[in-house]
Amino acid sequence: MNEMVKLFVVVALFSGIAGGVLATVRSSTQARIEYQQLKFVQGPTIKTLMQGCSNDPLVDRFKISDGKVERSFFVGKFNGKANAVALETYGKGFAGDIGVIVAINVETDNILGIGVTIHSETPGLGSRAKSETFLSDQFKDLSIKDPFQLKNDGGAIDAISGASVTSQGVCGAVVNSSEVYLRLKSNILEKLKTI
Amino acid sequence: MAKSVVQEFTKGLWAEIPPFRLVLGLCPILAVTKSVENGFGMGMATTFVLVCSNVLISLLRNVIPKKVRIACFIVVIATFVTVVELLMQAFLYPLFLKLGIFIPLIVVNCIVLGRAEAFAAKNGTVASLADGLGMGIGYTLALSLLAAFREILGSGTFTLPLVSTVIPVFPSSYQPFTFMIEAPGAFVGLGLMLCMMNMLGKK
Repeated sequence: MNEMVKLFVVVALFSGIAGGVLATVRSSTQARIEYQQLKFVQGPTIKTLMQGCSNDPLVDRFKISDGKVERSFFVGKFNGKANAVALETYGKGFAGDIGVIVAINVETDNILGIGVTIHSETPGLGSRAKSETFLSDQFKDLSIKDPFQLKNDGGAIDAISGASVTSQGVCGAVVNSSEVYLRLKSNILEKLKTI
Repeated sequence: MAKSVVQEFTKGLWAEIPPFRLVLGLCPILAVTKSVENGFGMGMATTFVLVCSNVLISLLRNVIPKKVRIACFIVVIATFVTVVELLMQAFLYPLFLKLGIFIPLIVVNCIVLGRAEAFAAKNGTVASLADGLGMGIGYTLALSLLAAFREILGSGTFTLPLVSTVIPVFPSSYQPFTFMIEAPGAFVGLGLMLCMMNMLGKK
């Protein structure tokens, strides 16, 4: 009986100490890991969209809670003023969600550019939404209040041939971000003042 | 007859080099040796875990009761593996993306548990440190060698570890022997290396 207790105590002690060590390591690396994930997943897209900005949009970022979810915004400074934000939203693609980053100029409410981050679309068809700029270029300089619809649906945007569903998904994601942006605009402007 | 610390260290490099002599830890060796960078990174991660777990287990070898030793070893090893995983995410994120699931799988790598059970639980701390370091470096060498073999034939390139510089070995007209970077190529490559090791060992 005594030995049983000893075995329990030893294993429990080991697990407890291990848990403590891991919690410490985790909390001390968490900020860096988050930054690394941003840098390698969303980073390249954000950098191209914010070309010419004088700060690092990955460092100057803030979060605003939007109902139940928290949304991250990346800030770009142009001509010394923090006047551009980028946010990521998702649209339904042909084979799962498509992540799209939309960069918006907050002074004119125009889109600086959009870029696809993650997707699982068909290679060679839907994947061209990411690898080629044909689709994303059409969003440049549009107002954020635009309906963002494909020509087939009565809008002004040309779909990628052979990938209508993907193109629709990208449009859907942009519509989502425009909704989020307009809904949170006053909060965004407030946060921008502090940067 | 106790071996010297130097002997404990050097046996991992040749006489008992893990994948070829002990034929342990084959899962990662088959899976991650598509490029030298991956092989080397995996080897370094395993080395870190081996050294840390060997040292800690030999320090605690008198505290751990015989009946629950495996559970205690696994807890120690799993802790170090998770530490490696977090550190790699924080400092070598691209490598982490490439190795993916194989980092957490170091926990079940036979070499780590094997060395803990067969060596660290019975020997002093310094000897265990030498053993872990030797085995780890031997494992890294073996992974890098097999990875170089597969990468040079399979993609015609050689990726420098840590800096990710890709050096073309063959001119661009080279038609890559893609079989080598597929899973069966790993078996063939490993088999050939085992064969060579045995021939060299025979004399």
